[in-house]
This record gives sequence, C-alpha cells and structure tokens, in this order.
Amino acid sequence: MSERMILPIGPQHPLLKEPIHFKFTIEGELIVEAEIRMGYNHRGIEKAAEERTYLQDLYLTERICGICSHVHATNFAQATEEIMGLQIPPRAAYLRVVVGELERIHSHLLWLGVAGHEVGYDTLFMVSWRDREIAQDLLEIITGNRVNYGMNTLGGVRKDLDAEQIDQTRKGLQELAERTLYYGNVVSNETTFIARVANVGVLPKEVAYSSGAVGPTARGSGLDYDVRKHLPYAAYGEIPFEVVTSPRGDVLGRALVRVGELLESVKIIRYCLDHLPDGPIAVKAPRKVPVGEAVSRYEAPRGECIHYVRSNGSDKPSRVKVRAPTMGNLASIRHCLLNQQVADIPIILAAIDPCFSCTDRTVMLVKEGTREAEVMGWEELRLRSIARRPI
Amino acid sequence: MRRPGAIWRELVKNLGRKPVTVTYPKEPMLLPKNFRGRPVYDPKGCIGCKICERDCPARAITITKVAEKTWACTFALDRCVYCGQCADSCPKKTILMSHIYEMATFDRQTLIDTVAGVPPPLVLEENEAKTATEVRQEPAVSSNPGGL
Amino acid sequence: MIILWGFLQALIFPGFLFLSVYALFAEWLDRKLFAQMQNRIGPPLIQPLADTIKLFSKETIIPKAVQAGLFTLLPYFSFAAVVTSFLFVPVYATPAISSFPGDLVIVAYLLTIPTLVLSLAGWSSDSTYSILGGIRALTQLFAYEVPFFLALFTPALLLGTWNISEIAARLPGYLLANPFYFIPVLISFLVGIVALQGKLERKPFDIPDAETEIVAGPFTEYSGRLLAIFRLSIDMEMVCGASLLAALFLGGPQPFISWMPGIISYLLKTLAIIFILAYIKAAVGRIRIDQMIRFGWQILAPLSLVGMLMVVLFQKGGLI
Repeated sequence: MSERMILPIGPQHPLLKEPIHFKFTIEGELIVEAEIRMGYNHRGIEKAAEERTYLQDLYLTERICGICSHVHATNFAQATEEIMGLQIPPRAAYLRVVVGELERIHSHLLWLGVAGHEVGYDTLFMVSWRDREIAQDLLEIITGNRVNYGMNTLGGVRKDLDAEQIDQTRKGLQELAERTLYYGNVVSNETTFIARVANVGVLPKEVAYSSGAVGPTARGSGLDYDVRKHLPYAAYGEIPFEVVTSPRGDVLGRALVRVGELLESVKIIRYCLDHLPDGPIAVKAPRKVPVGEAVSRYEAPRGECIHYVRSNGSDKPSRVKVRAPTMGNLASIRHCLLNQQVADIPIILAAIDPCFSCTDRTVMLVKEGTREAEVMGWEELRLRSIARRPI
Repeated sequence: MRRPGAIWRELVKNLGRKPVTVTYPKEPMLLPKNFRGRPVYDPKGCIGCKICERDCPARAITITKVAEKTWACTFALDRCVYCGQCADSCPKKTILMSHIYEMATFDRQTLIDTVAGVPPPLVLEENEAKTATEVRQEPAVSSNPGGL
Repeated sequence: MIILWGFLQALIFPGFLFLSVYALFAEWLDRKLFAQMQNRIGPPLIQPLADTIKLFSKETIIPKAVQAGLFTLLPYFSFAAVVTSFLFVPVYATPAISSFPGDLVIVAYLLTIPTLVLSLAGWSSDSTYSILGGIRALTQLFAYEVPFFLALFTPALLLGTWNISEIAARLPGYLLANPFYFIPVLISFLVGIVALQGKLERKPFDIPDAETEIVAGPFTEYSGRLLAIFRLSIDMEMVCGASLLAALFLGGPQPFISWMPGIISYLLKTLAIIFILAYIKAAVGRIRIDQMIRFGWQILAPLSLVGMLMVVLFQKGGLI
C-alpha cells in the first residue's frame, strides 16, 4: 500500500568499507528488490601482472587486498611453483601456514569489530580491535610488516622463525585465545546483539550451494566445505583441525562460525610451532618458467580463493586470473536481502565479510535495458584516463 | 544466559586501566628487528650486477656507473613499497632494510635518494615530464601506452 | 530591579550561560567515559567547545529543494524549547527561577518539542535518508513517551503536587518518613532513565541517528551554524533531562549532608545520572525500530504502570 522508494547505497556510504553500488526498492522499511553494481575498485591488476616478472608479480598480487594479502601471494606462489615443478621444503610449508593462520585470526577479529559497528555495538568494535593488535604485532615480529607481509618467495619463504619469536608468538596466542573465548561468550549472550543478528539474512543450505557461496558464509548455512580439509595445500594435510559449521543459516550462524574458526586457528598455529620441521626455508627458483598452466586454491578468511596462472616460457606470465571469495558470495547476497528490513542492510552486507578490492576484476559494461556488453580496450581506457576534456 | 550489557566486566575493568593507546609522537614505537624501513646502500660492496634493479616490483632503483668499479644507486623512495626484495636479491648484501620510517615530507625531491656521489640522470622524472607535455599538446593516442 | 535580577538569572546563572557551559562539559564527560570504558583516551576537555566553534565558522549549505525558511528556523525552535524548560528546574536552591503549580506538565511537553523538530527537519530536508530518519524519530516517540510521562508523574502523584520545585523540596523528607514508597520511586526512576536514553536518542535507542544505516538521519543535510545549534540543543536536552530526573527522584539541590551547598549537591546528582547514561551507551548495541516499540510497550510501559499503581493503591487506598 505504501509507495515504493528507491534507496541508493554507495558507492560512498558510511556502512561500506569499500565502494559498491546497491539500488534498493523499498516499501516503508521492507526491501522489495535489490540491484548490485560492482567494479568501482578495478585497478587492472591482471593486466599489470602480465608486464612484470613472476617475482615482481608476487608483490603485486600481495597488494590485491590488505586484509588477505598473504592469501593472494601464497596462491600465486603455489600456482607458479606447480608450473615450475618445484617442491617447497617442509619448514617453508609450515611457516606459510603459521602466517596464514595469523592472518585469519586478524581478519576474523576485524570482522567481529566491523559487525559490532554495523549494529551500533561500538564497544565490541573497540575492544576486539584492541585485541587484534596482538595478532598484528605478532605478524610484524615474524614478517616485518603489519599488512602486505612479503613472507613468500618463489620456492619457499623469506624469513625464518627463531626461538625468541616462537616464544613471543606463544604468549600472544595465549592471550588471543582467552580474549576470543570472552568475545564468543559476549556475542552469544548480549541481548541487543542477538536481537539484531538472529534470524536475519537467512541463507538456506540449497541456495548457498546453488549460488556458489564459499567460506564462513556457506559454512554458516551448514555446508561442510573447507579447502584446507578437502583439497589440502601447504602443510594442512598433516595438521589436525576441525571444520566449524553452523546449521542456523543466519548472520548469527556466520558469526559463531568465525569465532569458532578463530579458536581453531590458535590450535593450528600451536601445532605448527610444536612440530616445526628443521631444514632450509626456500629452494632456488628459475627465472624463466617453462610453458604450462596451473590452478591453485587457498582457504582465505572469506572463503575459497582461486588463482590461475599460464606461462608461455618467458619470465613474465601470459595470463593471471584471480577469483576472490567475495565474488562467489556476492550472488548469495541478493537472496539474503530480499524481504528484510532496511535497518538490517548493514549487518547482512557485513555478514559475508565483503572485500571488494579482492573482487573487482574485468568488468563488461552492459547497456541499460539490453544485453549488449561492451569491453573497453587498452587504448580507449588510456585515452579516457589521461584526456583533460571528455572524449 | 542472555542479558543486555553482557560486556559489563570489560567496561568496569577498563574504568580502572590506563588507556591502551600509544601516544605516538610523544612515546616512541618499539620496532621488531625484522621491520622493513627504507633501504640503505653501501657503495663499497656493490659490483654493478643490477639484479636489484631488475627485481624491484616498483622499479624504484636505478644503478649507474660513476667510475671504474664504482657505482651509484638512486632509490625513488616515493615509489618504493618497502618489500625488501632488493636486500634479498643482492648477492653481496650491500642493500639492507633499515629501521627508518619517519620520512614524511612536503617536497617530493627529498624522497629521490641518491647514494655515492654524482646523481645520475633521473630516468623516471624525464619520462613522466614527457608524457605530461604529450597530453597537453595532442589528445591523440600515442603508440606507447604507459610509457614505462 | 526584580526584572533585571530575573534577566540575569535567566541569561547567566542558572539560565542560558550556565546551561551552555554545563552542556558542553556534559558532552565531554559522556565522550570521555565512553572512551575510557573502551580502553582508549577520548577527547580533551575543550573538544565540544572546539567542535561548536568550528561548526560556526563553516559555511551553512542550504539545499535547493528545501524551503529555506523552515529549514533555517527549525534548530532555533529546538534550542528555545530546551532553554525554556531549564528555567523551571531547581538548580541551586529549591524554588527554581520560575516555579508555579503545573510546571511539571509544561516541562514534559517542552522536552517533547526537540523530537518533533527533528522529524520535521528530516521531512523538510527532502532527502531519502533524512525522511527515513524523521519517520523513525516520530515512531520512536510513540514508544518511550508514555513510559516517560508515567514515570515523571509518579512522584507528583505521590506528593500530590505538580510543581517541580515543591517535589524536589518535599520528596526526601516524605520518603524518609514513609520508607515503603522507595520502591515505586525507584522503579519509576529506572524507567525514567531508560526512557530518557530513548528521548535523547542514544544507544540502544539511537535509531534516528543510525550512522551506518541512514548516514546521519535528519541531520544529514544540516551543516555549519544550524548543525551547531542542533548539537548544542541535544547536549542541553541531556542536561535538562538529567536535572529533571534529579529534581523529581533524587531531591534536586537538597543536600545529603547538611552543610553542602545546593549547587554542589545538584552537580553531584546530575553527574551521577550522566554517568549512568554513558554506561548504558557503552554497554549495548543499537536495536531496530520494531524491537524498540515492542520493548517500549511490553516492558517499559507496564513497569511504569506498576510504579504508579503502587502509589495509587497504597497511598490513595489508605493501606499505608
């Protein structure tokens, strides 16, 4: 009965950490229709990767995202090592796992804070980010930087762990475990938080499967799929851990999955530190890569990340393709948003832990109302970006 | 047990604690030994192999010969991403990552850091100047996209 | 002479100037406590004053699509309503600057005006976010207003007078003589604090100003001078509300210890109430508008009715 309004969200909006455009059609406080436009963060990384050597590309792919930078670097390194036919030493595999799990811890604590902020629970935001600093300090001690760690090289890792760093890591992990248990307790018991996340943005298991949801979004709907368990890479084949799922399907389920994964990550790192094998940390990698192609997968904090690398025998790759986890989750968001309230938009969006920097790759421009798509070539793109008058 | 204000223990504890914020300019930050600040170069050890120049992901290093068996190195610190690949690639370990990170400045020129004597012609500056003039004169398409 | 004295009281102490200074101090205290409870530093003491001066020095942008007259006048309405309501609240001694039977009802209505102004400002700003914010402010009004009024009227009913200064003067003595009535007064006090949190639109009820959902709600299009006046009037509303609760439930400027001057006792009581408000703000998240209405009508209103019923049955019914 009430008239329909169009509510535009983004590309600039306080609830979004990265630009994306939604066009909601709302009736009062109910969402009736949702349209998504993405591509605002496209930086031409796949093209830039073709003009740099494999070693330089390692650092380029690391900067696809700030929160999951080790994911992309490791994934690219794994794909390239597979084309080269290299086997990395076991110590390097364990060190990659340690840094990867520390990154998962910092990413999930970041998500917890952001989810708190989106529902107005600012105290959870501030204190969970305070404790995230422990993970950041550990990463700085081990790798030298808080983001964009630069830990990987083709053939292994660049930095080793000595006894003092292992000791500091253990102490930091102890504190992280205690704080995570406390936050899990708060999240399960705080009335205002549960009122905002329970039964909100429900994604049934079948829809999650058919729309290609990955990571905690899918595991929060009951899908038992984790790349670390089902297609192990690095050292995950030897490390015992549990895959955390929740049958709930709403935002609270995804929150509980992430808190559970935090505790599992602490266990994984402790196992790695206890069983760290001796040996070298890298093998020498050739500069020219033989002809071939490889696909590599990695369980990022947000889900399954896929890298494809094709080489034509020179020292620069001929094609690099990145499929970030948020691309898989974006299709499921539309189902979560329909028939929900406007007030729930922020938390439903935050529940898939969107990282649009990872996601935006080549975009095809579709004329409105038709299905004709147009791809802008390199010359036209350069012309548009440097011309002082509109062309 | 579900209740509002479940985080009360944290709130009460924090009322008595010192804030966890590090008041940075007044208090110094403690840096771990692995910290990657700006790269520094020792001209005595350099053999002019230019592996660092090839491997730099940001193309921020330029090595030029100034005399027989003596080289000079220019870091474009505004392009550098502080990854440390140059330090790893150098066979003689003449480039090291220091702990210097407070480099904010108003003048971009101070970030073009030249070590050892005669500053070489800044290849990067020339290229960027050429592309800018080209644009202002003719908006036609040039055959060399990117100019790198 | 009386008129000059009245002017001085209304403009300087305890009127407009005192209220402004105290409002800025109260905003600082609220932000500092909020920060301290989250283990961070928080703003320095002159931050609210600096914010106000900065806003006054910025350009006031009035969107083309709005009616400029209504848009510019609305903050001043809210400001005037709050300052006027402060004249009836006792600050340093029991009769306030202006005191007459029935001023409780006047103050209760005057404190409703800022919310109405807010929703009108949202409607007149003509942007999607502001309209949504204005609608939410009005909807929220229906949730907390009835419990708030009922809670305010309970001590009035108890003492049989509608004069705030008289309630402040007589309540401590009455309660000490008949200690049973601590219970309904306590219940009404708690309901009053929660409802005041809703009236001030702070967490968990800051739904019209939900930053992550509708940018700034009704304030989205306001800038410069007008935004400064709006913010100042909200801070003053917090001081007014706290002073009203202190006067009605805690005895206002009546001292705990006989030699304490009235102003000190008043400051202590209002600061305690502001501390409680800041604690509630830090402890919870924001709830949705439909949950707020459910909360207001299913929990707050019955509680306030319980308090009032106890007074009616036991006092008027002659049981105690």
